[in-house]
Amino acid sequence: MIKKEMIAMLLAGGQGSRLGVLTSKVAKPAVTFGGKYRIIDFPLSNCINSGVDTVGVLTQYQPLRLNTHIGIGIPWDLDRNIGGVSILPPYEKSTDTEWYTGTANAIYQNLTYMEMFNPEYVLILGGDHIYKMDYEVMLDFHKANGAACTIAAMPVPWEEASRFGVVVTDETSRITEFQEKPKEPKSNLASMGIYIFTWSVLRDALIANASVPGCDFGKHIIPYCHEKGMKLVAYEYNGYWKDVGTLSSYWEANMELIDIIPEFNLYEEFWKIYTSSEIIPPQYISAEAKIEKSIIGDGTEIYGEVRNSVIGAGVTIGKGAVVRDSIIMKGTNICENAVIDRAIIAENVQIGEGAVMGIGEEVPNKFKPNVYAGGLVTIGENSVVPAHVKIGKNTAISGVTGAEDYPDGILESGESIIKDGDMA
Amino acid sequence: MRAVGVILAGGNNQKMRELSHKRAIAAMPMAGSFRGIDFALSNMTNSGIQKVAVLTQYNSRSLNEHLSSSKWWDFGRKQGGLYVFTPTITVGNNFWYRGTADAIAQNLDFLKRCHEPYVVIVSGDGIYKLDYNKVLEYHIEKKADITVVCADVPEGDDASRFGVIKAGEDGRVENFEEKPVVTSETVVSAGIYVIRRRQLIELIEKAASEERYDFVNDILVRYKDLKRIYAYKMDTYWANISTVEAYYKTNMDFLKPDVRDYFFRQYPDVYSKIEDMPPAKYNPGAEVKNSLVSAGCILNGKVENSILFKKVFIGENCVIKNSIILNDVYIGDNTYIENCIVESHDTICANSRHVGENGVKLVVETNERYVL
Repeated sequence: MIKKEMIAMLLAGGQGSRLGVLTSKVAKPAVTFGGKYRIIDFPLSNCINSGVDTVGVLTQYQPLRLNTHIGIGIPWDLDRNIGGVSILPPYEKSTDTEWYTGTANAIYQNLTYMEMFNPEYVLILGGDHIYKMDYEVMLDFHKANGAACTIAAMPVPWEEASRFGVVVTDETSRITEFQEKPKEPKSNLASMGIYIFTWSVLRDALIANASVPGCDFGKHIIPYCHEKGMKLVAYEYNGYWKDVGTLSSYWEANMELIDIIPEFNLYEEFWKIYTSSEIIPPQYISAEAKIEKSIIGDGTEIYGEVRNSVIGAGVTIGKGAVVRDSIIMKGTNICENAVIDRAIIAENVQIGEGAVMGIGEEVPNKFKPNVYAGGLVTIGENSVVPAHVKIGKNTAISGVTGAEDYPDGILESGESIIKDGDMA
Repeated sequence: MRAVGVILAGGNNQKMRELSHKRAIAAMPMAGSFRGIDFALSNMTNSGIQKVAVLTQYNSRSLNEHLSSSKWWDFGRKQGGLYVFTPTITVGNNFWYRGTADAIAQNLDFLKRCHEPYVVIVSGDGIYKLDYNKVLEYHIEKKADITVVCADVPEGDDASRFGVIKAGEDGRVENFEEKPVVTSETVVSAGIYVIRRRQLIELIEKAASEERYDFVNDILVRYKDLKRIYAYKMDTYWANISTVEAYYKTNMDFLKPDVRDYFFRQYPDVYSKIEDMPPAKYNPGAEVKNSLVSAGCILNGKVENSILFKKVFIGENCVIKNSIILNDVYIGDNTYIENCIVESHDTICANSRHVGENGVKLVVETNERYVL
């Protein structure tokens, strides 16, 4: 009989709407990161590096990119005879067919998948954080404490604790109280949304809460276990952990990679991060190019100037073009003499000759002020920006735009052009 | 595809100098992120060939490591796949491969058990893209016994180190001279052959029974009047990397936009083993001009007209000019390197100076690297 000590369930179905046009066509875990990776590479690599070789990836929102990226799991050595990676989309049932309505509901709908492996423990992960973590150490902690559920938590500055769900613990790490975004936090240990459950506990809790609408781990399952008097412990994590849920935090996390010795080091032999690399050739830096403090992906050709930027694979930056403090993703083409300041440009975008972005005063975005902030220009995948237009700060562009979309050749700060498909 | 592939990757020669110490030529790192044999393997898979045998014997560790998984070239499959054959001692044989024909002869069972009607035999040290289906079509159209792919000698290379071919107007080979002392010809064999499988088995068995071991001399040259041998002219980029000079020049060719575009951006792709290196990192002090930089590199100094292979570290105030730095080389601060090929995994001490005065200098260091 198949027996896996611990299997992982990776929740990758969310849109990540705070990433605006970056996720209008792809799920957040499939958004590229650091010139080469996609966000989901981090939890997937953590799994295999921790010896977890059975991972169910729950998808729902725009899963195509995610599915093609993961494939049969070759880049992470998750192509296995028994276990490996499985994509788990919502499916039709004879009765009560529904989408995944919440994090715990999604796991509940896949009880059969988990039962197949006869696990003792189940690791619940999200697909939207950048970190390296050994889940095996966390499992040891779970076992040593005889816990029903272990929640990974990290200390955050006290003044920020009220933005998180915090756990209050006694001296043995046992959780005594939960506070969701408390005004007066009693603890600065923030839950990271990473849980290890003893399988029988998880199964029973999911079944008991099956009828709860939008059943969620943080809101329903964990409180349920707590009320039942089960032993919940907090596993304190002190390494690098970065939420990339907003455009500003996504931009910052990328920019931290270009520090001389980055806090989050991708160059260590230990605990490598794996990804599916379709582009293999080296990058070409021309005689006229200037590059300062940047990281650059494979197969990219640079003829212009790049400063403080993260450039993905297969990008072309034309002669005389200047890219500063920006993130340019895979396959994007920046034509000659374009000037790009503080922009996030998604995959396969065409930026016309002499286009200038990041000009003018900072004005809040009129369409989604909370999303398009931080003075950034954000351009969704497969967009086209015509030549010689000027684009202000806190702006968003999605779709094929032409000169007629830019009155007087300008997209003023705070404006957006969303032409393509789903509203971003 | 109605052919099985054979890649001859056993060889090495004096002209590779110290670079041959570590590996067979087919395993030489190429164009920053590839190995020599990747081009032949990618051509095979892109031509729809599903079963490929790689014959190797000289220092095959590096090659075996590269081929440890066949999935990168789509050969990890039930039907067919990638087979690496090194010489083995059997009841009837205790020799190394005594030549290319002998290498095939020693693995004749493999060919006998195939069911594909044709065999595509290629050398592992050619750098080119070619759809072998086109050669096979030509072979069938000409009713040839053997088709030899030929190409113009790359500029600056020496025709006398190849097999020189003279073909008639209809393409039939009239003269084939292997490594002539002098020659005025410029069309040479690219070391790519198409032949009917049963014909090959027959010719190899005949050669073996006569104790003849070389495919070119003992089969092509010897049978050129008896058999219908045709030349297929390849007009796209082709180079062979089996001398230090040719290896250096072929790598440097990738600094030309048309060569890069042809190999890197035009379909189909060239594939290679994936090594999970992070993107290249440019720290303050990095100044790069007209160079190729591969994944995993960290740059703190100047690089000009050079090729950095994977995971190269360039220290502060370094100057690297017209050089090829192979995989995983660490170059300490204030080092000057010009006209050199630096061997892989080398550690170059700070304040070193290496300059190739008359031609390319090979830098092979054995310094210990201290890794924390």
